[in-house]
Amino acid sequence: MSTTQTAVHAEPREEAAHGTRPIAWKFPVTYAALALLSLLVFALFSPAGARTRFQLSTGSDFIAIPVLDLPSRPATWTLGLVLAALAAFAIWRAVQRARTGVWLPVLFGTLFVLAFLVWAGADRNAVIPLVTVLTGALALSVPLIFGAMCGLVGERSGIINIAIEGQLLAGAFLAAVVASVFTSAYAGLFAAPVAGALVAVLLTFFAVKYQVNQIIIGVVLNVLVVGLTSFLFSTVLTQNAELWNARQQLPRLPIPVLSQIPVIGPVLFNQTILVYLMYVIVALLHVFVFKSRWGLRMRAVGEHPKAADTVGINVNRTRVVNTIMAGAIAGLGGAFFTIGQGLAFGKEMSAGQGFIALAAMILGRWNPVGALFAALLFGFSTSIGNVLATIGTPVPSEVLLMLPYIITIFAVAGFVGRVRPPAAEGVPYEK
Amino acid sequence: MSAGGTGENEPRDEARAGALAQAEGRVARALREMGQSSWLVSVLAVVLALIAGGVLILAANREVQATLGYFFARPVDFFAVSWQVLTDAYSALFRGAVFDWQAPSAVRTIRPITETMVYSVPLILSGLGIAIGFRSGMLNIGGQGQIILGASFAGFIGYWMQLPVGLHLLLALLGGALGGAIWGGIAGVLKARTGANEVIVTIMLNNIAIYLLAWLLQQRWFTQTDSNQPQSAAVAESAQLFGLLGPQFRLHAGFILAILATLAVWWLMERSTLGFEFRAIGENPEAARTAGISVVKATALVLIIAGALSGLGGAAHVLGTEHRLTGGIAGTLGFDAITVALLGRSRPLGTFLAGLLFGGLKAGGVLMQSQTGTPIDIVLVLQSVIVLLIAAPPLVRAIFFLPRPGGRPPASSRRARRQRSAAKKEVAA
Repeated sequence: MSTTQTAVHAEPREEAAHGTRPIAWKFPVTYAALALLSLLVFALFSPAGARTRFQLSTGSDFIAIPVLDLPSRPATWTLGLVLAALAAFAIWRAVQRARTGVWLPVLFGTLFVLAFLVWAGADRNAVIPLVTVLTGALALSVPLIFGAMCGLVGERSGIINIAIEGQLLAGAFLAAVVASVFTSAYAGLFAAPVAGALVAVLLTFFAVKYQVNQIIIGVVLNVLVVGLTSFLFSTVLTQNAELWNARQQLPRLPIPVLSQIPVIGPVLFNQTILVYLMYVIVALLHVFVFKSRWGLRMRAVGEHPKAADTVGINVNRTRVVNTIMAGAIAGLGGAFFTIGQGLAFGKEMSAGQGFIALAAMILGRWNPVGALFAALLFGFSTSIGNVLATIGTPVPSEVLLMLPYIITIFAVAGFVGRVRPPAAEGVPYEK
Repeated sequence: MSAGGTGENEPRDEARAGALAQAEGRVARALREMGQSSWLVSVLAVVLALIAGGVLILAANREVQATLGYFFARPVDFFAVSWQVLTDAYSALFRGAVFDWQAPSAVRTIRPITETMVYSVPLILSGLGIAIGFRSGMLNIGGQGQIILGASFAGFIGYWMQLPVGLHLLLALLGGALGGAIWGGIAGVLKARTGANEVIVTIMLNNIAIYLLAWLLQQRWFTQTDSNQPQSAAVAESAQLFGLLGPQFRLHAGFILAILATLAVWWLMERSTLGFEFRAIGENPEAARTAGISVVKATALVLIIAGALSGLGGAAHVLGTEHRLTGGIAGTLGFDAITVALLGRSRPLGTFLAGLLFGGLKAGGVLMQSQTGTPIDIVLVLQSVIVLLIAAPPLVRAIFFLPRPGGRPPASSRRARRQRSAAKKEVAA
C-alpha cells in the first residue's frame, strides 16, 4: 500500500526536478492551423466591399438592438490577426511549459466561429439571425444534454447505456400519449421519466441479473423501443389521433428581468419548465457527483466495485438504482421532442440523438459540465448548419453536420487530452 | 476464495451428475440433453417472441378491443376473434416469407421464399462481418456506415464506368468491399494504435457516412444524372448482379455470394492461422500477445475484414436489389445485421440461418402489412425480443422450467446460489 502511494507521488516530483515534461504541442499547433485557415480562407476570400449583417434581437425584445452591419473583409482580417496572435501566445506558453487558462480555448473558439460566420454570410442578401441560431442551438441541445446526463450517471456507476436513444424515444412517446389523453402537457411531463426508467429497468434486468453484454442489450433495446412505438403509432395512435396523439405544448415561462437581457435573455430565460429543469439537473449533478455521499458511492462502484463492496456498499443495488434514475432523466429529455416543442409523436422522432448524447458525454469526459458544453457544441454546429443551409454558403451544411462526429473521433483517439472511462464500466459484478 | 469454493464443489457435483445419469431412463436423458441444447433455447425464444408479438397485435386490434367491452357477457367472442386475428396475421407472415398457398399463380406461390432470400443477402453478408468482430472481442456497431460506404463505392463504379460484363461486376463488388474496409479500417486502426473504443468510433462513423452520402447525392459528378432528386443514376446492366430465376423473380446472384462468404468466413475463423489469431485476441489479448501474436495488426485486420464484408453486403444490395443509390439505401440493415450476428451466435452457419430468418420476417412483414393491416414494425419487436431472450438463456430456461446445462439436476437457481454461498462460507471459515 505504502509503496504504491510513494510511486504515485514520486512521478510529478521527478518531473519537476528534471524539467523533462515534453512540450505539449497538440493544442498550439491546432490553434496555429486554425488561425492560418481563418487568414488564408476567411480573410483572403472575403469579397471586397461586401458586408455581413447580424441580427441581434427579435421583434418582441424590450431593448431593440439595431442590425449589426460589418464590412466583411476588414472584419475577417482583424479576427484572423487576433487569432494568429492568440496562437502565437499559445505557442509561447507551450515552449515555456506553462499552462494556459480555460479562457484561451473559449475565446479562440468564439472568435473563430465569428470569423467563419462573417465570411460565410458575406455579400449574401440575408441577415444572419444570431438569436435564432442560439435559440435553435439550445433547442437542439436539450435532449442531448438530458441524454448525456443519463449516460453519465449510468457509466459512472458501471453500466454502459447505449439505450439512451430508446429512452429518449420512449419518453417522447409516453409524454405525447399521456399529455394527449389528459389534455395537459404537464401530465406528459410526469409520464416521460417513467418511460425512460422502464427501459432502464429492462437494461439493468438483463445486464445485472443475467450479466448479458451491456452494449448488446442497449442496441437491442433501441430496436425494441423503435418497434414498439412505431407499431403503436401506426395502429392505436393513428386510429384515433384526437384522443391518443393530439398536440400539447408546455407553455413558455419567461423569467422576469432575466429574460429581458439582450441576446442571451430570450435564448436562456424564455423557456419551458423542461429547460429550467435541465439547468437544475445539470447543476445538481455537478455538485452531487463529486461532492456527496451518493456521488462518491456511485463513482466507487464504477471504478472499483470490489473495494466498494468491501466497505459495505451494495454494488449491484447501487448500479440498478442509479441506472434507473438516469433512465428517468433521459425519458424527461425525450419529452422535449413532443410536448417540449408542441409536436405530436412521430415514428423514430429521436433520430439518433441518443447516440450523439453518448458522444457528448465522452467528449465531456464523464463530467456534467463538460458534457453540457459538448452537447451545446453539437447543438450549435447543427443549428449553424441549418441556418446556413437556408442562407446558402460556400461550405456545404453536411460538412458542418458531420463536424461533431469527427471531433468526437479525434477525442476518443486521444487527441483532446486523455479520455478515460470509469474503470469498471461494462463489467458485471459478482461477489 | 471463490475459486477454492467451486474447486471443492466440482468433484461432488460430477459424481452426483454421473449417478443421476445412470438412474435416468434413456428417453428422459435424451429429453434433458435436448432441453440443455442452445438450439432449443433459440427455438423457444422465437416462440416467446411470437407470443409477445401476438399480444401486441391483439391489443392494437379494434375488433378485439370491441369484444373486450362485453368480455364477461360473451367471452367466446373474444377468443374467437382473437384467434381469427392472430392466425390471419401470422399466416400472412408465413405466406409472405415461405410459400403462398393462396396466390393466384404458380410463380406467385413460390415467389415468397425467393423474396426471403433477397432480403437476407445484405443481412447475411453484413452479419458475418459483425460476427467476426464479436468472436474477436470487438463490438462493431458500424455495420450501417460500412454498408453505406460499400453501396456508394459499388454503385458509383456500377453507373460511372463502362466495362465488359464480368469485369464490371467484379470491379463493382471489389469496390464495395474496399469502401466498407476503409470505413471499418478507420475504426480498426484507431483502436489498434490509440486504443480508441471501437463502439464509439463506429457509431460516429455511421453518422458521418449518412451525411457523406447525403452530400454526395447532391453532386452532379457523383450522381451522373440531371435529376434534382437526391438519387443516383441506375447501375449499368453489366454491373448488376444477374437474376437466378428469370425476370419474374428478384432473386439474384448476391445469394450465391452470401453462401460463398459464409463458407469463406467459416474457413477463415475455423481453419486459418489468421482466424486463430482473431479468436485468440478475442479470448485473451494478453495471452495472445505473449504467444507472439501481433495484437495491433490482428485488431486492425478484424475490423478491416468485417468492414469489407459489410461493404460487400451494401454492394450486393445496390447491385442486385435496388440498382440506384438513395439517401436511405441502407435502411436499418446495419442494426439488423447486429441482431442477425447475435442470433447466429457469431457462427457462420448460425449467422446464415439467422439472416434467412430475419429476411423471412421482413418479406413476410410486407405481405402481413398489405393483407391484414398489421404494421411491419411488429417485425422489429419480434427481432429484438428474440435476440434479448437468446442473450439470456437462463431466462428462457426459467420460463419453460428447463434444466440447466452442465449435467446438473434441475435445481431452482435460488437454491443453487444458496448452496454455492454456503460452500463459500465454509471455505472462508
